[in-house]
This record gives sequence, C-alpha cells and structure tokens, in this order.
Amino acid sequence: MATKAFQKIYTKITAITKATCSLKADGIGNDELATIDGKLAQVVKIMGNDITLQVFEGTEGIPTNAEVIFLGKTPSLKVSDQLAGRFFNAFGSPIDGGPEVEGVEVEIGGPSVNPVRRKQPSELIATGIAGIDLNNTLVSGQKIPFFADPNQPYNQVMANVALRAEADKIILGGMGLTNDDYLYFKNVFNNAGVLDRIVSFVNTTENPPVERLLIPDMALTAAEYFAVEKNEKVLVLLTDMTLYADALAIVSNRMDQIPSKDSMPGSLYSDLAKIYEKAVQFPEGGSITIIAVTTLSGGDITHAIPDNTGYITEGQLYLRYDSDIGKVIVDPFRSLSRLKQLVAGKKTREDHPQVMNAAVRLYADAANAKTKLENGFDLTDYDERSLAFAKDYSDKILAIDVNINTTQMLDIAWELFAKHFKPEEVNIRQSLVEKYWKQTSYE
Amino acid sequence: MTTKGTVKGIIANLVTVAVDGPVAQNEICYISLDGTRLMAEVIKVTGDNVFVQVFESTRGLKVGNLVEFTGHMLEVTLGPGLLSRNYDGLQNDLDKLTGVFLKRGEYNFPLDEEKLWAFKPLAKVGDKVQAASWLGEVDENHQSHKIMVPFVMQGEYTIKSIVAAGEYKIKDTIAVITDEEGNDHNINMIQKWPVKKAITAYTEKPRPFKLLETGVRIIDTLNPIVEGGTGFIPGAFGTGKTVLQHAISKQAEADIVIMAACGERANEVVEIFMEFPKLEDPHTGRKLMERTIIIANTSNMPVASREASVYTAMTIAEYYRSMGLRVLLMADSTSRWAQALREMSNRMEELPGQDAFPMDLSAIIGTFYSRAGYVYLNNGSTGSITFIGTVSPAGGNLKEPVTEGTKKAARCFYALEQSRADRKRYPAVNPIESYSKYIEYPEFEDYINTKVEGNWIKKVNEMKTLLQRGKEVQEQINILGDDGVPVNYHETFWKSEVIDFVILQQDAFDKVDAVCPLERQEFMLNLVMDICKHDYDFDNFLNVMDYFKKIINICKQMNYSEFHSEQFEKYLKELKTVLAEKQIKTEK
Repeated sequence: MATKAFQKIYTKITAITKATCSLKADGIGNDELATIDGKLAQVVKIMGNDITLQVFEGTEGIPTNAEVIFLGKTPSLKVSDQLAGRFFNAFGSPIDGGPEVEGVEVEIGGPSVNPVRRKQPSELIATGIAGIDLNNTLVSGQKIPFFADPNQPYNQVMANVALRAEADKIILGGMGLTNDDYLYFKNVFNNAGVLDRIVSFVNTTENPPVERLLIPDMALTAAEYFAVEKNEKVLVLLTDMTLYADALAIVSNRMDQIPSKDSMPGSLYSDLAKIYEKAVQFPEGGSITIIAVTTLSGGDITHAIPDNTGYITEGQLYLRYDSDIGKVIVDPFRSLSRLKQLVAGKKTREDHPQVMNAAVRLYADAANAKTKLENGFDLTDYDERSLAFAKDYSDKILAIDVNINTTQMLDIAWELFAKHFKPEEVNIRQSLVEKYWKQTSYE
Repeated sequence: MTTKGTVKGIIANLVTVAVDGPVAQNEICYISLDGTRLMAEVIKVTGDNVFVQVFESTRGLKVGNLVEFTGHMLEVTLGPGLLSRNYDGLQNDLDKLTGVFLKRGEYNFPLDEEKLWAFKPLAKVGDKVQAASWLGEVDENHQSHKIMVPFVMQGEYTIKSIVAAGEYKIKDTIAVITDEEGNDHNINMIQKWPVKKAITAYTEKPRPFKLLETGVRIIDTLNPIVEGGTGFIPGAFGTGKTVLQHAISKQAEADIVIMAACGERANEVVEIFMEFPKLEDPHTGRKLMERTIIIANTSNMPVASREASVYTAMTIAEYYRSMGLRVLLMADSTSRWAQALREMSNRMEELPGQDAFPMDLSAIIGTFYSRAGYVYLNNGSTGSITFIGTVSPAGGNLKEPVTEGTKKAARCFYALEQSRADRKRYPAVNPIESYSKYIEYPEFEDYINTKVEGNWIKKVNEMKTLLQRGKEVQEQINILGDDGVPVNYHETFWKSEVIDFVILQQDAFDKVDAVCPLERQEFMLNLVMDICKHDYDFDNFLNVMDYFKKIINICKQMNYSEFHSEQFEKYLKELKTVLAEKQIKTEK
C-alpha cells in the first residue's frame, strides 16, 4: 500500500494487544481500513478520538511509533471478468504470480438482497451422488454445509459436486486450508480443464488466522458480480467455516467481549447468517449456491458452531464410514436438504418423495434390527430382510462413489424394495406401488 | 424544539451520542450519514451520553455526525391496507423499495395514501365514544376493517360529525369528535401506536376456551390450542419447526394471520411469498394472502430491527383484535429475537445471565406472550390473538434460557424431537412430553364436548395413556428381547404404533393428508380407538407385527384419500375385513 502525500500519518500508538492497536485520531469512519507499519488493519471501535483497530496479520513486532495511515475506505475487491481463473489471498491480491485485476472497486460485505426480490429456488443441482440427489436433493440458490469430522473426505466430495454441478463459475473460499488441500483443489480443477471457471480466495494454515475473516466476504463479492452483472450460476465453496468461526472468537476475545456458549461471540449466529444468506436465486437467472464445510470436534453437533450453522443453512450433509460395505456414505438419517421438496417429484419423477422417505424408514428399521443383534437377541424374518436391504441400499445408493441420474436411483430403490419386502411393508401410496413395484420379487 | 446530538463513539451498531436536551428511553432518533438518515433507538442514558442502537449498518459512521431525536418511541402506522403486505421489522413496505439490494436509510410509508376505501359509518352524531370505539368500517379483502377512535385518546368523547357512506382516502377526515373540555379532534382512518406498549382498549380478558382448529391432528386432537391461546414449538434444526408453523398458518381457522419471520432464512419467507397468493384458505376459499401480513426480518437483515419486528407484528395483531377479529400471530423464531437482545446487552457491557443472555430475558418473554389473549371489547364483541412462537434451542437442549423462559409464559408446548424427525415421523412432535394446558380447563371441556362429541377429552386421554403404555412396553421389549415378553406386550406396542402412524403422523406435503378437518379427526380417532380397545387372537409375536403393519397401511391409505370418497370407503371396508380376521368379539 503506497503512502500518498496528502494522507495524515499517525505515529503514536497508545495501546497494543495481540490483535488490536489503539491510537488517537480524528475524522475516522467506522469499519475503515488503515495500514499499521504496512500491515492491514480495520477500525472496530471508536470512542471520541480513541480509535481501536484490528490488525489482520497480528500485532507481532508493531512498535508504539509505527506509521498508521488511514485509507479512507472499507475492505474492497476489484471485480471484473479478469477474476476468472485466478488465485487471491484474503486481501484480494493475486498469489498466482499474475497481474493485479483491473475492474470496479466494490466494498465487500455489501447489503442484503430484499427478500421480496428473491426468486424461489427451483433448479435441481445434479451431482450424481445418490445419497445427495435422491435423499437430499440440492437446489440452486441453496446454502448447505457438510458436517464432517476432520478425517473425512469432504474436500474431495465437494470438489466432485462442484465439477458435476454445471455451474458457470465456481468460487473457492479456503480458510485455514492446509497447503496440501489447496494444491489438491488446484490440481483437480486444473485436470478437469475448468480453471477458467474458477476463482479462488485462499488463506492457508501458513497465513495469520484473523485474515480468514475476509475470505467469505471476498468470495461472495466476486460471486455477486458474476451472478448479478453476468446472470451466471455461481457455486461458492467455503471450507472450513469452523476455522472462520474460531477466528471470530479470537477477535472477540481480544476485544474483551463476554463470550456466550462454547467461548463463541454472542453475535455468532448473525455473523454466520450474513455470509450464508448471500445464497440467492435472482429473478434474472443468476444464482449463488453455497456449499460449505463445518468440521466437527468428535462429531458433536451441539457445539455452537455447527449448531448455529444448522439453524441458518438449508440442511446439512453428513458423511459416515459404513463398515458393512467398507465405503464412505452420505448418512441418510442426519443429512437433510430443506429445499428438496421444491424439486423432488416436480423436476424429478413423481414417486421421488415417497420412495425417498420409505427407503430411509426401512433403513431405520435395519438400524433397530442391528441394535437387537448387537444386544444378542434373535432376529425376526423382517429384521433379517431389512438388514439385507440396508446393505444393498448403502452400497448402491448411499455410497459416495455412486454416479447415476435420479431416475436410475429411483428404479434401483424400487428393485431393492421388491427384492426384500412385500408391498404393504413399504408404506407407499397404493397408486405408486401399482405403477412402479417391480414384478421380479425375490419372495 | 427537538433534541439534537452528535456521535461520540461507535462499536458495531451501538452508538454513543452527546445530546443537548431531554431524551426519553426508547425514543427514536436519526443519524445523518452522507445524505442518508439511519434510524436508531435510545437504549440507555448516562448523563449527557445517550446509547442508541442503530437499525442499520454503521459502516463509515464518524464521530461528529449529527443526530436528530424525534420525540416518540418506535411506532407503527395502523389503518386499512395492511393486509397482504410484506413489511420489514420497522414496517417498511418491502415491495415499495427499489432495487434488488436493500439500501440503508431507505424508509417508506407503509400504507397506500391514494387508495379509495368504501367507508360505512357504524356510529352516529351524538354517540359517546372512547379509545377503540368503532366509528365505521371499510371492506379490506372481504373483511370488515373497523375505523376506530385512536387508542392514544384518553377519556370520553362525543361524535360531532361523521361522514356519510362513500369513498375516502386514509388521510381524509371521517369524523370529528369532541372531548369533555369541548375541544374538537379530527379523525381519519389511520393512527399510530408505539410498538413496545400493549394496546389494552378492551374490558376483560377471560380464560380462552374456543378451539382454534389447525387441521393438524397432533395439535387439534392431542394438544389443542385455543383462540387467544399461547403456544411454542421448540425444536433443534431439522426437526420440522418451519414446516409445522407454515402448516398451522395455512390451515388455522383465523380471520387474520400475521407471520413474523424473525432472524430466519430468507428462502423460507420467499416460500410464503410464492405460495400464499396461490393457496386457498380452507375455511373461506379465498386466497391465503388476502388474510396474511408478513413481517420479514430475515437473519441477514440488521439485528436491531429483528428485535423490533416481533413487537411490530404484535401491535398490528392487537389492532385487528380490537376490530373483533380472530388473529393468529406466528413468530419464527423467538430465539433470534433473544439473541438480538443478547448482542446489545453484550455491547453495553451489562452483567450477563445464563449463556450470556440478559438477566431479564425471561421477564421480557413473559410480558410479550401476555399481550396475546381472548378479549371482550368495549362494545361486547370478542376478539383474540393466538400466539405461537418457535424456539431454536442451542444444541437442541431444552434446558437453555430461551426455552425455559418461554415454558413459563406459553400454555401449549409442542416439543419437536430429533429422534422422531430422524425416523421421518412427521410432524415430529413428541406425543408424551408435549402438552396443552387448555385441555384441563373446564370451559374448554364444555366447549369441545358440544363441538365434537361428549367424552372427547376422556377419549383423548385414553389415547395418550395407550401411547405412554406402548412406549414402556417397547423399552421392555428392547431389554428382554422379542420372545422374552408375553405376546400381548407386542400387541400393546403395535396398538401404540397404529396411533402413531395413523393419528400422530401427518404428511404436510400430501394434498389430502395435509389438512384434517375436525370432523375427520373425530372419525379417525374413534376408528383407531376402536381398533385399540379390542383384543386379538395371536399365537406368536411375529404375527402381531405383520398384522398391525397391514392395518397401519390400510389406515394410511385412508388418510391419503378424500374423506368418505369411494376410495376411502373401499379401504374402510377392507380394514373391517382384516379386523374381523383376528379380533376377539368382546370389547374391553
């Protein structure tokens, strides 16, 4: 950031904490950016002429006589078609060795869409993964996270979804991404030949954690440009939102705020909602769909981060290792796509909603049977059959390596029903049973 | 002269203002910023320093920005034309705002000033009137919208003149009334009221007793809510809170439905925007939107106006109640409102209560719920506000402050249960833990026994006992194993499953099953209880399951068929045949 001649330079810092600096200055706007000793900082508190700034990189080595220059603007990004194919850091500066992007400078974290100007999401996003398309259908304009343990292959599944989703642009917001995962995404996109459709904003574990706070807003500002100005279908991938929330907690702690549940700031819900609610279907055809990752600690979804996320997002996807088939599956019990009824049975075959529910119900019966088995009880014939069904269902539908269309998924489900059950055991509307029940029953 | 001030400090949306004159707690002020005016509310005063919460983003705000105080608290404008509108938490008409994105500092008048309304006088010259007396009426979406003496007017007045029937705009004077000192007051069709004060222009608030039919079996049959009653729906995410709430708002037998989308997902509000203009009110056949007002302050809209939105909604509800109408108010979710209170309390560095919520949270919730109720108006007619709020308990834990505070205030409790939702048993209302206090009111029992049939409460309680018994037996079967218990244990369990599948579960996405009128609920309850009261002839437990699954399947097909249709009767006949196979003739 070059110093301009007419800018006033302050050189007397009155207080320094691990993340903030304070000094006396006049005429400063709330949220305004400044550089302190060349490091980017943002105004977070004004009390008379006492200004407190949050230093994104951390305050290590900042002396009390550091040069402070106020930039007279809030964090912004230059948007244009030149963003496509590029990799940026949290401040929107290129990290791929390419030139600076020319374009219109837009404040990040801009205003919300008027709810009456939104269009109801109605376009199915096909991923080929039946655990998603059949049970938890995604819709453009939706926001949905993977709730995953850190050792699960969520980034791989997410990359697959992104590539198959036929989006015009894919925007990757990486927060605390390991360098290996960053390279993984880069390679996958490169190998698929789609690099020109990708824009990446990356904060790796090597960068200071507080910088992460800018990543979602950067990614979504770029997304809004393509969705609003170009009417494109934009898919935004945010990984990992837990690390984003941790950075929020660090800052709020340094600002002496009273923490609420799990040491998280009391405003966590609003902070997360501001990001996720950027997902939208615009009337002119453009859309922003957000697929995020929230890593869990020990599978605990009652922790404030997944808990608040669950209340904001339109469902959540869980991955689970199924030892019966030796594959990772999309957990049908806890996963949910809240928008699925907008497309299931409407954009897909009529039997979709009932088949989906019946299969999950039968899978639940198998889970009960399994408990009985583990407790050493005798199984009934029905229990045996539901266990056999569960294994087939897991392998042919739930596994993440499945890649078929929804009609095929429904056909397979009916086949499995007929193979293991009698029509009256599946509890589906009679007219559908008559139409789709496979005659090749194994009874 | 109005008080003025200048900005002294800013932390997020909490702004400190130095003032030059008197200010009132909760007074509204406007902060000038680059040509726009940001609305804010006074929340604390210390000496010349006034703390205000700004209803918008404070980005770019500077020390020294000018502030103008208005001399009044946050008010809503009440008058004909509120129905069918989509407002934000501060009663700005969202449809009138230009552009795709919300611009800060853009406020508008919530009603249509040019529209002509067909006014008919209900009072005549010389009549004695007081606050909330009906002067006349206009037709608002086929409902009689009463034009009242403004609620703020104290004492008794005499009507000096009133216009003849005809078409008038909302700001035209329709009556002149004279107070006891002989001063004249011009009355038009609109009035203002501060949202945080309850409108109490009624004579009496008796215990409510009239069933408010919702078409949802697990509510109407098991845990009924009444006109003027209060209820709440706590549930972790994914348990179907919003689906249940939408079902109630679509189907409830109310004249006016007000939905406060408070800090929730924007797409859910869009769903209402899309569906309600198309869907029909099952009781009148008119479009749902005609009786609905939406207050949308979604989770990405400013936090402070989220708090205001529930009060805005309640005040509009009180306005329509004063016209003798049955109002249903739904707020989704009151937890977000509580969180908004927490954010402010935190910024003001107040000592926190449990989970960092403000200490007086429970009192704030209690006061708000008490604004609902069934009332006798001054002219003897009745009106009601039924309030149902959802609660989003952190971590699904019902011991958290918002749930606990609400439990003290609301009379109906519809606990959504994760394990029922996981097993796709919707609506996932836990039949055993949920309750309605109204079912214990003798007034309600008298009412329902005439409306449905005698002994109704007794039957419902019998069913609840069977459900409880079924749950106990299931636990024993799980411990002892299928063949470790007598066969009749299985029978008891499967009877409770029949109740669960046929009465409790209901498919909100099926055209027929979604709405179950009371008459049909009565029929199904009698049918199911009749099944449960008989003994059956089984030699082993395997037959029990197969047999009852068949019964459940037939009953479900009945739920999917139009009541008393040919198809319905066909399944009923089939059911009777199946029952005859195993039923032992003597009834218990």
